[in-house]
Order: sequence, then C-alpha cells, then structure tokens
Amino acid sequence: MAFIDLANPTRFLAWSARILPWLAGAAVAVLALGLGLAFSAPADYQQGETVRIMYIHVPFAWLSMFGYSMMAASALGILVWRHPLADVAHKAAAPIGATFTFLCLVTGALWGRPMWGTYWVWDARLTSVLVLLLLYLGLMALRAAVDDPSRAGRAAAVLTLVGAINLPIVKFSVDWWNTLHQPASVFRMDGPTIDPSMLWPLLLCAGGFMLLFLALHMFAMRTEILRRRVEALEARAAAEALA
Amino acid sequence: MTHASFIIAAYGVAAAGLSALIGWLVLDNRAQKRALADLEARGVRRRSDRRPS
Repeated sequence: MAFIDLANPTRFLAWSARILPWLAGAAVAVLALGLGLAFSAPADYQQGETVRIMYIHVPFAWLSMFGYSMMAASALGILVWRHPLADVAHKAAAPIGATFTFLCLVTGALWGRPMWGTYWVWDARLTSVLVLLLLYLGLMALRAAVDDPSRAGRAAAVLTLVGAINLPIVKFSVDWWNTLHQPASVFRMDGPTIDPSMLWPLLLCAGGFMLLFLALHMFAMRTEILRRRVEALEARAAAEALA
Repeated sequence: MTHASFIIAAYGVAAAGLSALIGWLVLDNRAQKRALADLEARGVRRRSDRRPS
C-alpha cells in the first residue's frame, strides 16, 4: 500500500482507531514521568521554586508553534493537492493550537509576575505569541463565517500561509529585539544552557505534551470526518425528500 | 500571592484548560456519532455502506 493511501479518510479512520489508544496511553505515561521528575528536580538558584512553571510553560510555547506549523503544512496540502484530509487536519488543529497558545500566555504571565514584577509587557516575544493566538482564533472565525466548506478551507489556508511569517518572528524575537523575555536556552547553536537536572524533565514534559497534542489532533480529525459524513448524508436525505 | 500560589495557579489553569479542551472534543465526537447513527437508523447511508440488494 502506498503511503498516500493511508491519507484516504476511510483508511485514516481505520488505522487511527488502532493507534489512538496507544498514543493517548503514551502521552499520559510520559507526562506523568516528566511531571514527576519536574517536581523532584532541584529549584533554580535564582528563581527558586517558581522554575516549576517552566515545565508546562515551555512545552505549551513549543507546541503553540508546532500546531501552527502543522496547519501551514496542511494549508499547502489544501491549496496544492486539494487533499480532503489536509483540510480536515487543518480545521482540527486550530482549537487545539489555540488552547495551547492561550495556556502558554497565561502560564507565562503567572511566571512573569513573581520574576519580572509584571504579568505582561508589550515586548516582541509576548506580543508575537499574542498575535499567534489571534491568528488561531481568526482562522476558526473565518471557517465559521463562510458557508461553503470548500471555499472556507481555501481562504483559511491562504490566511494560514500569510500568518506563518509570524513563526520566525516568535522564535527569533528575543534575538532581534531587546526583550524582557529571556533568550532561547534549549535550542541554541552552542547547545543548551540549562542544567541537565532540569533539561531532562523539561524534554520529557515536552515529549508528553507533544504526544497529547498528536492524540487530541488525531481524535479531532476523526470527529471532523464524521461531521462531514453527517453533513453529506443530511444534504442527500434533504435532496431525496424534495425529489 | 506567594510564589507557591503562582505555581499552583499555573498548573491549575493548565489542568482546567486541557480538561475543557478534552471534554469539548469528546462531547463533539459523541454528538457526531449520534447524528450518524440517527441517519443510519432512518435508512440514510453512504453509498459505499449500502449492501447490494
């Protein structure tokens, strides 16, 4: 079977039903291990116990960008190949990405208040992540506002690709501008600056949240396929009733 | 607020937000499954699901 055959909606429903329980179980196990290690890791010499917020805030931040990157790849699938599963993947990712971005902003504010003395500043990193949240919400609103699902999908795909310019701005904002937010401490050319006793729990938490994101996305995609079948059947039933 | 309360608030918001998302996804999935089952009970089926008569 060719790899592309797995992207057939009916085949997707079949193979995702087998994978989803394992994916969800792995997410719970890795998250439990990661959070367990996060609370047994040493406190930071400067931030004290407040550093515990890092183990959820940083994964939310990474996954807010990962979710949008997935949507940008799906947008290409919609516009270039017009693949129905790309449209399903794009639509299903938006509320999950928006939730992770919202949680990134809120946990960041709750970490910022004791460390910076403020919940919010209009610096480049915080503002560009807020723009990312608004992009997610705008894409959801756009789909809800256009009646024709095919036109809505294409319009949302174009907006997604335009909005993808925000991803490098989020990532490099701390290097390009003078921000209150600290620069990258994990993904750096010269290696992580964070101590291994904190790095490993952080990577495990990030892995657990990544598995959770993928499981939720797969589940939401399955629901979206069912929704489209329901809408198609309702339309056919209505047409047959009129005939 | 003490530092502990900021940590508890952050984890609480994360748990509440993720629970709300998961709850909404599960309810939406159940609603679509129910709607599909109702249509099938009325005899409205996908062409690929119809048995040859």
